[in-house]
Amino acid sequence: MTVMEQRGAYRPSPPPAWQPRTDPAPLLPDAEPYRVLGTEAAAKADPELLRRLYAQLVLGRRYNTQATALTKQGRLAVYPSSTGQEACEVAAALALEERDWLFPSYRDTLAVVARGVDPVEALTLLRGDWHTGYDPYEHRVAPLSTPLATQLPHAVGLAHAARLKGDDVVALAMIGDGGTSEGDFHEALNFAAVWQAPVVFLVQNNGFAISVPLAKQTAAPSLAHKAVGYGMPGRLVDGNDAAAVHEVLADAVRQARAGGGPTLIEAVTYRIDAHTNADDATRYRGDAEVEAWREHDPIQLLERELTGRGLLDEDGVRAAREDAEAMAARLRERMNQDAPLDPMDLFAHVYAEPTPQLREQRAQLVAELQAESEEGTAR
Amino acid sequence: MTTVALKPATMAQALTRALRDAMAADPTVHVMGEDVGPLGGVFRITDGLAKEFGEDRCTDTPLAEAGILGTAVGMAMYGLRPVVEMQFDAFAYPAFEQLASHVAKMRNRTRGKMPLPITIRIPYGGGIGGVEHHSDSSEAYYMATPGLHVVTPATVADAYGLLRAAIDSDDPVVFLEPKRLYWSKDTWNPDDPQTVEPVGRAVVRRTGRSATLITYGPSVPVCLEAAEAARAEGWELEVVDLRSLVPFDDETVCASVRRTGRAVVVHESGGFGGPGGEIAARVTERCFHHLEAPVLRVAGFDLPYPPPMLERHHLPGVDRILDAVARLQWEAGS
Ligand SMILES: Cc1ncc(C[n+]2csc(CCOP(=O)(O)OP(=O)(O)O)c2C)c(N)n1
Repeated sequence: MTVMEQRGAYRPSPPPAWQPRTDPAPLLPDAEPYRVLGTEAAAKADPELLRRLYAQLVLGRRYNTQATALTKQGRLAVYPSSTGQEACEVAAALALEERDWLFPSYRDTLAVVARGVDPVEALTLLRGDWHTGYDPYEHRVAPLSTPLATQLPHAVGLAHAARLKGDDVVALAMIGDGGTSEGDFHEALNFAAVWQAPVVFLVQNNGFAISVPLAKQTAAPSLAHKAVGYGMPGRLVDGNDAAAVHEVLADAVRQARAGGGPTLIEAVTYRIDAHTNADDATRYRGDAEVEAWREHDPIQLLERELTGRGLLDEDGVRAAREDAEAMAARLRERMNQDAPLDPMDLFAHVYAEPTPQLREQRAQLVAELQAESEEGTAR
Repeated sequence: MTTVALKPATMAQALTRALRDAMAADPTVHVMGEDVGPLGGVFRITDGLAKEFGEDRCTDTPLAEAGILGTAVGMAMYGLRPVVEMQFDAFAYPAFEQLASHVAKMRNRTRGKMPLPITIRIPYGGGIGGVEHHSDSSEAYYMATPGLHVVTPATVADAYGLLRAAIDSDDPVVFLEPKRLYWSKDTWNPDDPQTVEPVGRAVVRRTGRSATLITYGPSVPVCLEAAEAARAEGWELEVVDLRSLVPFDDETVCASVRRTGRAVVVHESGGFGGPGGEIAARVTERCFHHLEAPVLRVAGFDLPYPPPMLERHHLPGVDRILDAVARLQWEAGS
C-alpha cells in the first residue's frame, strides 16, 4: 500500500472529456498539388474558359516583359515581375464575380488589370507618381499592399461587413509564401475562420521571399497545411496550371458565397524573373533550377492542351500574340507620357478637412511655387 | 423655461452613453474589441451594448489587436463605422502596423476615394495602480503619425461630446481615454441635449493672468488643482485644456500665452520626444515677443512606466507644476 492509498484521501479524478471540434481530415490538403492540364480532368474543363485563360496568360506575360523594360528606361521606379506566375494572377481575377473584391499585394498587377483596372492606373504606385492610381470602388480592387500580409485582415473585415449587410460578396486576398510568416496572416486566417467570413486566401508559393527560400521560411509540410489549425480547409494546387488554379479558386469562392466559410489555397509556382528589376537572383539560386521551371511554363502547358484538343491553332496563337503586342505598344506609349502632377495634391487628401497646420504648410508651398515661377519668367 | 436638475455622472457613464447614442443614431456604427460583448469591457464602457444592439454590432473579437484593427479597416471600406476598443494603452502596440501603414494613410493613398471612419478607443495613462503595461501614455506616437486625429477628454461632458464627434468624423480618430478619470464625477445631465463639437478646439478651463498651464486629459484636474493652490502665492494661472492634440489649436493656446506671457506644458508621458516639446516649440515660434520666460515642460520622467508603488514620484503633481511656475517668475525676481 502506498501512503496515498493508506490515507484514502487522494482519488485522481479523470479529466473532463475532450472532444476535437472538427475532424481535421477533410480540411487537410492533398499530398500532391492538384492538376488538370494533361490529365483526365482536362476533358471536363470548359473550352471557352480555357481559351479566355490562354488569352489572358499571353497578355500577362507581355505585360510583365513590357513593364520590366520600362524600368530600364526609368519610366517605372520598380517592377516586381510575375513572369512564371501568370496562371495564378489570371485565374484569381477570373474566379471572381463583378461584385466580389480583390485584395492584391505589390506583385499582383496582372490580377488587378484582369479585373478591369486601366493598365496604366494599375502601375501608378510602381511608377512613383501617386500611391494608388485607381478608384478601389470602381472595380472592387483594394490598393496594392506593400506591407506584407496587412491586406489580409482587410479582406476579412470587408467580407464580414458584406455578410452583415446581407450581400453575397466574396473577398479574395493574395499573398506570397514569405508573407505567410507575418502575424497579420495568422490573425486574418483566425478571424476569418471564427467569423466564417466569405474569404479566399491565395498564397502564391513562388519559392522565394526576395532571397530566402521556403525551407528557411517555414517547417510546415506545406503552406496549405496551415489552414487546418484555424479550422478551414487547405488546398494545394499546381500554380502553373491555369485550369487547375481556376477550378480550385472557383470552388472556394462558391463555397464562401454559399456561407461555407474561408479556404486557404497554396498555389505552387515559381518566380522566373528576379524579385524585382533591382534584385540579383544569381546570388541565391542556380540556373538549372530556373531552367527546370521554365519547362513547366504556364503558357506552354495550356497551349499544349488547347492545341492537342484542337481548340487552338497557329492562327489562334498568332492572334493572341498580336493582341499582346498591341497592348504592349499602347502601354509603352502611354507610359512614355509624363504624368501631370499637381503639387497641391500633397495636401488634398490627408484629412477630410485640412488641419490648420496643413493649411499653413499649403500656403507655404504656394508661395514657394509662386517664387519659382517668377524666377523662371525673370530669367 | 424648465430647469433640469443636474445629476452627477461619471466619465465612464458618459462614454457608454455616447456609444449607445451613436449606435442608435447610425446603424453602421459597430463596436468591436476584446471582452466588449456581454462583459461590457474590462472598464465596462461598452456595458449593455451587446444586449441592446446584438453581438453583430458589439462584437467580442479574437484576442489579436492587429486583427481587430485590420478587420475594422475592411469593415470601414465596406461602409461601416467601426469603433474599436484596445484594452489597455500598451496592448495597442501590436496594432501599430495597421494604424500607421493603413488606417492613417488609406485616404491619402487612394486620393480621397477610400476614407476610413474608424474610432480607436484606448484607455491610457497611469495613476490607477496598474502593473506593467497598463499605464503607458503613447500619444506622441499617434501625434507623429499624419492622417490620424488624436483627441482626449478631461471632463464628463467632453467625454460624451468628443466621442460622438470622433465617431461622426470621416477620418480615423485615436480617442485616448484617461483611465484614471473614468470614475471622476461631474454634474452632467445625460438627459440634456448634448453638444457635439468638431474635433480640434481647445478650451480655457480657468482664466488667469500670471501664466498659462497647457495640458490635456488626466493632467487637466491636476493643473486646476495647481492653479487653485497658486493663488496662495499670488499667481493667477490660466489653464488650457487642449482636448485635441491633432489637429492642434494654436489659436486658443497662443491667445492665452500672449495674455499671460508665460507658459508651462504639463503631461504624464515622458518629456523627451514627447508632446510638450512640440507644443513648447509652436508657442515659442508664434509668441516669442510676448514671452517673459522660456516655455517650460512638466512631464513624466523619461523612463518606462514605473511600478505602481513608485508611480506617484513619476507623475507630474501639483508641487512640480508650482515649482515650474516659480521658475517662470525669474524676470520678476520672485
Ligand atoms: C512587413 C514587410 N516586411 C518586409 C517587407 C520587404 N519585402 C518586400 S517583398 C519581400 C519578400 C516577400 O516574399 P513573398 O511573400 O514570398 O512574396 P513574393 O515577393 O515572392 O511575391 C520583403 C521581405 C515588406 N514589404 N513588408
